[in-house]
Amino acid sequence: MKLVGTIASRLLVWILVIVFGLTTIFFVPRFAPNDPVEAMLAKVASGGSYMTPSEVDALRASLTDAFGLHGSLLSQYWRFIRRVALTGDFGPSLAMYPTPVSSLISHALPWTFGLLMTSTLLAWLLGNLVGMLAGWRPDRTLSRVLEGVAIVIYPIPYYILALVLSILFSYVWHIFPLTTSVQGTPWTWAFVESVVWNSTLPAASIVVVVFGWWVISSKAQTTVLAEEEFVRYARLKGLSDSRILWRYILPNALLPQITFLALQIGLMFNGAIIMEILFGYPGLGQLIYTAILQGDYNLLMGTISLSVIAVATATLIVDLLYPLFDPRIRHG
Amino acid sequence: MIALKGVRAGYGPDERFVAAVDNVDLTVGDNEILGIAGESGCGKSTLLRTLYGDFSGGLRLQSGAVSARFTDPATGAAVEREAQHFRDLWWNMISYVPQGSMSVLNPVMRVGKQIVDALPRRMRDGSRRQIRQRLEEFLAGLGLPGSVLDAYPHQLSGGMRQRVLVALAVFPNPRLILADEPTTALDVVVQKRILIMLVEIQRRLRNALVLVSHDLGVHFQITDRIAIAYAGALMEVGRTSEVFAAPQHPYTQALIGAMPRVGQRSQRTGLEGRPPSLTALPRGCRFADRCPAAQAICQQTEPALAPRGRGWPVACHFS
Amino acid sequence: MRSRLLANAPLRLWLGLGLLVLIVAVGMLLPWLAPGDPLHWYGVPRNLPASPAHLLGTTNLGQDIFWLLTWALQNSLMLGVVTGFFSTLIGVFAGLSAGYLGGAIDRVLSFFMDAFVCVPSLPVLILLAALFGGQLSLPVIGATLIVFNWPYPARQVRAVALSMRERQFVAVAWFSGESRVRILVRHIFPYIAGWSMANFINTVLVAIAAETSLAVIGLSSAQRATLGTMIYWALKYQALLAKRYLWVGAPVTAVVVLFVGLFLLSSGIAMRSAARRSGA
Repeated sequence: MKLVGTIASRLLVWILVIVFGLTTIFFVPRFAPNDPVEAMLAKVASGGSYMTPSEVDALRASLTDAFGLHGSLLSQYWRFIRRVALTGDFGPSLAMYPTPVSSLISHALPWTFGLLMTSTLLAWLLGNLVGMLAGWRPDRTLSRVLEGVAIVIYPIPYYILALVLSILFSYVWHIFPLTTSVQGTPWTWAFVESVVWNSTLPAASIVVVVFGWWVISSKAQTTVLAEEEFVRYARLKGLSDSRILWRYILPNALLPQITFLALQIGLMFNGAIIMEILFGYPGLGQLIYTAILQGDYNLLMGTISLSVIAVATATLIVDLLYPLFDPRIRHG
Repeated sequence: MIALKGVRAGYGPDERFVAAVDNVDLTVGDNEILGIAGESGCGKSTLLRTLYGDFSGGLRLQSGAVSARFTDPATGAAVEREAQHFRDLWWNMISYVPQGSMSVLNPVMRVGKQIVDALPRRMRDGSRRQIRQRLEEFLAGLGLPGSVLDAYPHQLSGGMRQRVLVALAVFPNPRLILADEPTTALDVVVQKRILIMLVEIQRRLRNALVLVSHDLGVHFQITDRIAIAYAGALMEVGRTSEVFAAPQHPYTQALIGAMPRVGQRSQRTGLEGRPPSLTALPRGCRFADRCPAAQAICQQTEPALAPRGRGWPVACHFS
Repeated sequence: MRSRLLANAPLRLWLGLGLLVLIVAVGMLLPWLAPGDPLHWYGVPRNLPASPAHLLGTTNLGQDIFWLLTWALQNSLMLGVVTGFFSTLIGVFAGLSAGYLGGAIDRVLSFFMDAFVCVPSLPVLILLAALFGGQLSLPVIGATLIVFNWPYPARQVRAVALSMRERQFVAVAWFSGESRVRILVRHIFPYIAGWSMANFINTVLVAIAAETSLAVIGLSSAQRATLGTMIYWALKYQALLAKRYLWVGAPVTAVVVLFVGLFLLSSGIAMRSAARRSGA
């Protein structure tokens, strides 16, 4: 029963967080010094076309409507929340009219997910394993070296490492492509191969940096755990070192790491966006960038809202996974 | 049977060695309950670790010999080991009941698994189901329900956990069980159950049980022999009934004098002061400062633990 | 084991401190010596290689790379320090209130802490940038970062405050009549001081990283040079393709050294204060 209560309250927090995020996104533009409608008009005017005052007014009215900017602030807000929450409709993209924003997003999202999820999980698993082994035998030279390397890698932002990697592997040695250009139609072998090839550098940057992260924290975790009483008792029972490591230390070390994972999701998403922009990777980040460059307000609102929802949901999922691994929560 | 001869064990480098077990001679027989009593910090837990052969976490044997000799119940062959090589005896010939039941069990592993984990090879034949069957019967004999095997440590009460720890140590049918304060922090009712459990087990298995406790009442109830420890050394070692009837060492006398007894009306006397720090031991007898019968010689020469007066070893110049 | 931990902490600490002192010296002192405004285009001949006159060469836009670097470093550092300071201040205050005072205050504050963790800061910053015409000034970036970063120190401090509340010496103080504020200041704060330092330095790192991220995609201030904007301009003017690695390499190296130094220092402080708390 207690478990159900925990899940329920976590779900509630999820909903509240999304509402909070969407509200922030809704209100932030309201504080901008530029009226988006006027900005659009200015852009159209600077594009060289000439419009009569009545045409300008008509355009202004339709833009105001498209932006949902008519009516009182409260009614706008209500309409916005209702639209997004119930239908997921962010309206048509302004730059690529009339393609709906949601379809653009649904094409980009799998790319971001693929990149983020695989590299995150890979780095988490590897990092935890390596860190645990290093923490178990902290006096070995290999452990010290690993930790030293991890410490140097961890603070480096992904894109810096990505830059370094792309300098080395794209510019100096022409192994990997400079920007993403995927060949082939979806899901043929050529397509998959091309996707993997193009994703290697961005994924590698994320994996290497995040790996360093987890090595450090799981090594610290393991060194503390190794001093715990139940580990000492397990040793006194005559259990072999490997048994203690895999059955006693690992399951206990992973628990806080799952919690940390939840906390890092937002940060890793940030990193992924930058990566996509730098590498021209066709994911959500790239879409956001395009939206800015083209002043596509609807697309911008849509992608940003989705970022918030995605991160909140991913955090929720990881949080909900935790009881699966910790019997103390599962059976109160 | 485990014999300690002139054992000095403790922590730190030779120049600044802190001897938690200082020049101790002690023998544990094959079929008895031996109690080790004393105040906190007197080194009794370290003594237990030395008996177990657990020289980890900085503890080292500076001098003396620790030797073990058992008869393997399965083969009848003699098994002998010296100090640092007890490892393969663990949970086979000797086992350990630790203090503090919550943090001693792996919180994410079921209790049953933790018991099976430690089984010696001779007990592993048979299918999982058969082993489980045997475990359940064994637990029933100790008054524990079979459902305990599927539970996680946090789901059991403190008393139950302690009994599980005892069960864990007893199941492999070891020749020697070392129990470190097994009843501390438990309420009196549960204490009694555990004590009864320990005695019954010892009588049934006819092995040796070494019990460490600061509670003299526990020693009085179940031990055959008792060793009184003070500041790292043994003060008196003898048959429990005899020692309690006529304690020889002033420290023992004070400890027993402080115990409440039914029907006693006179004021109980305590002891002033506290034991010396193990890093700054006095030159003569370590109890001299607090001893009501101390004389000049007590401050100068440390009395050896040797049979005196009534026949059992006492470390005092005047008994 | 304990002595090894203690031995490590000083190593990290001193190493980090050393790196940072170097960076701060370069970033805070040297800019005063710069001849003219390094950001100024065509102030010096373009595309010169490294030489005694121009220690790191010059850019495609006629700027001296070395002096530009020092200014960029200074701006990045100042942004980081100011953001870090206010973030930590608000965070510690919020965390203490939530953890120690408990009740409704705790629930409200905790919700906001959780909420901000789930909302990724970069998209919001990007949104803001878009609305401000494609460039954000450093103060606006700083303010937004403060708003998004206070939850991290707050959470930690809250956890510490919660556990402190249960500790005996706090109860003793309470029962002997000390007011809650006094208890907070005299008994609880010393425990948090170490963590707060570590958090502060960590936030500096995060803030500089965030601004650099924004800058690298071109959304940061065009008026001021920061490490990120330096990288951006270098990339924009094809420094990579033209093999002018110094232009890109200098700020990248500075970023790496800065971040590693900050991390070593904050980690070292955290290890030290953890060791001290466990009575080592």
